[in-house]
Amino acid sequence: MDVFASLSDGFLIALSWENLMFALLGCFLGTIMGALPGLGPSNGVAILIPLAFTLGLAPTPALILLTSVYYGAMYGGRVSSILLNIPGDEPALMTCLDGYPMAQAGRAGEALAISGIASFVGAFIATWGLVFLAPQLVKVALLFGPAEYFALFTLAFATLGGLSSKNQAKSAFAAALGLAFATVGMDDQTGVARFTFGEVHLFDGIDFLVVIVGMFALSEVFIFLEHHKASDLKHVEPIKIGRITPSWALIKYCTPTMLRTTGLGFIAGVLPGAGASLGSFIAYSMEKRLVDKKGTFGKGDPRGVAAPEAGNNAAAGGALVPMLALGVPGSGTTAVLLAVLLAMNITPGPLLFTQNPDVVWGLIAALFIGNVMLLILNIPMVGLFTRVLLIPPRVLMPIVAMISFVGIYGVSGSTFDLMVMVIFGVLGWALRKLDVPLVPVVLGTLLGYAMEVNLRRALTISDGDYGVLVGSPLAIGLWTVAILGFVFPIIFGPMLRSRMHAGRATDPKDLTDE
Amino acid sequence: MSDRIFGAIGLAIALIYVWQASTIEESFMSDVIGPKLFPYLIATVMGLASLFFMLRPDEEPVWPGFGKLFEIIMAAVVMLFYAQLLPVLGFVISTIFATAYLSWRLGSTPIMSLVSGVLTAFGIYTVFRLILGLSLARGPLGF
Repeated sequence: MDVFASLSDGFLIALSWENLMFALLGCFLGTIMGALPGLGPSNGVAILIPLAFTLGLAPTPALILLTSVYYGAMYGGRVSSILLNIPGDEPALMTCLDGYPMAQAGRAGEALAISGIASFVGAFIATWGLVFLAPQLVKVALLFGPAEYFALFTLAFATLGGLSSKNQAKSAFAAALGLAFATVGMDDQTGVARFTFGEVHLFDGIDFLVVIVGMFALSEVFIFLEHHKASDLKHVEPIKIGRITPSWALIKYCTPTMLRTTGLGFIAGVLPGAGASLGSFIAYSMEKRLVDKKGTFGKGDPRGVAAPEAGNNAAAGGALVPMLALGVPGSGTTAVLLAVLLAMNITPGPLLFTQNPDVVWGLIAALFIGNVMLLILNIPMVGLFTRVLLIPPRVLMPIVAMISFVGIYGVSGSTFDLMVMVIFGVLGWALRKLDVPLVPVVLGTLLGYAMEVNLRRALTISDGDYGVLVGSPLAIGLWTVAILGFVFPIIFGPMLRSRMHAGRATDPKDLTDE
Repeated sequence: MSDRIFGAIGLAIALIYVWQASTIEESFMSDVIGPKLFPYLIATVMGLASLFFMLRPDEEPVWPGFGKLFEIIMAAVVMLFYAQLLPVLGFVISTIFATAYLSWRLGSTPIMSLVSGVLTAFGIYTVFRLILGLSLARGPLGF
């Protein structure tokens, strides 16, 4: 079959020593970043993009490195959920529910092991889903003209807040703000300067890397500065890990759960507006309803650990489908991965599969390899990763800040960009305080150019007739989904949110509520 | 209240953005819709969202007290100075100071902050400059 031939080509690329090394490095760094509270997958990948770029890596190794970080961070997020009851990132929220009670009962090692295996199962099957589904989606995407693309970008923004979005107006504002940043600089098609205020540095636009690193990494530093008293009071007592190899009986016990939740998570990942957090939530609540006959969920049931972990890792794999096939990411972290591609001068989308098959299939093969590496890294070495939790933020956060500066300085070598990055850091902090999501801002900055180009191209072809924007059934379908995706959360959002947080009422206030 | 103020600021930004967009000089070889339509669309969304914040504000966020706010502003100022001083003092010296400041403000003792500043600066220098060969800012002393 066609797919298998491409995949084996991919393995030939990914199995070079250099690429294997990058995959290993990425998995290792990613797990650490996922484990550290306050440094989730998106900030983790964000600070590494400029570095990968300035090191002059070729597209394939750079992508392998950064997607390994992405997968690794999804694995790592569970460590602090289980040991400290603080989710390392948002998708790991549900893992706290049963993971922490297990740890308190002296079964932390088992919880870590079973969640590691669940992560592997989820990610492994989801990667197969990616292999088969992405080429199908590419066939659909080849039918897209500029008008359909414009509708698709709108759809991405409309659904980005997701079903659990609190305030759609704030998501819309955030997207508009990001798009506005993207319009700064020289207009490609007419050569006139826009919104530069006569500042020479702004003529070639605001570099999206500056926006991403400022918003994701530096704003985190400010958040920690604001809260540091709270985090100093909390002393981490070492928790007994217990045995770290799960028994076969336990694995067998959890297998049906893992398989079911993987399917759900994958679908949640592929669909716009769902993402990994919702994947893990749906997975957990469905399993609870299905198998929790004795009411053990929430009190340290291993299946309650396996379900959300399989769900969120499967969703992470599923989220790569629209990102690679359409060039439209559905979540924060895939938005950051889109930034990786754009920084490498690769435009994702259907043409990626025909023009750079080596990049796509090398990447997918690397995901398989990375997955196996992560499983091997995570079961015996989990003790090492739990040590990482002991690094105090007062040492860690300045390092994060400095590496951000090093990365951006490496890309542009200009102090102007560094100052802009600091400003974006403060802006990101203020927006987070006001509950404005940062992901649409970043995505707007990334997609603004392509969105405007497609709008103008569509209208140029139709000679100014706006009817072309809804001129095909495909376009009308996309607009309908966009509108429904925007309106649904307003109606059902409050209900869903209260359920997601119902189980965590007793938690200490965590700092990673992003 | 915060959301109402935020909405007012957002609306002001949207209006300034429209005004700036309207002053864009059109070139004689423009495409059908030109460089202004897309900014107008963005401003419309931004303005409508801002109006919504003003009419239906969310619950008040927990703003930090004056002390913490000052803390954040100072950290931003230090980072801005850091950006300016990088090419003047070089990477290692500027980084020692910036890291030490941040570390101190995040709760380390002064001595420990200086230690972590020195370790961070030399650590990053070793990894990124000596091992990976990245170009960092060079000061008068060459590092």
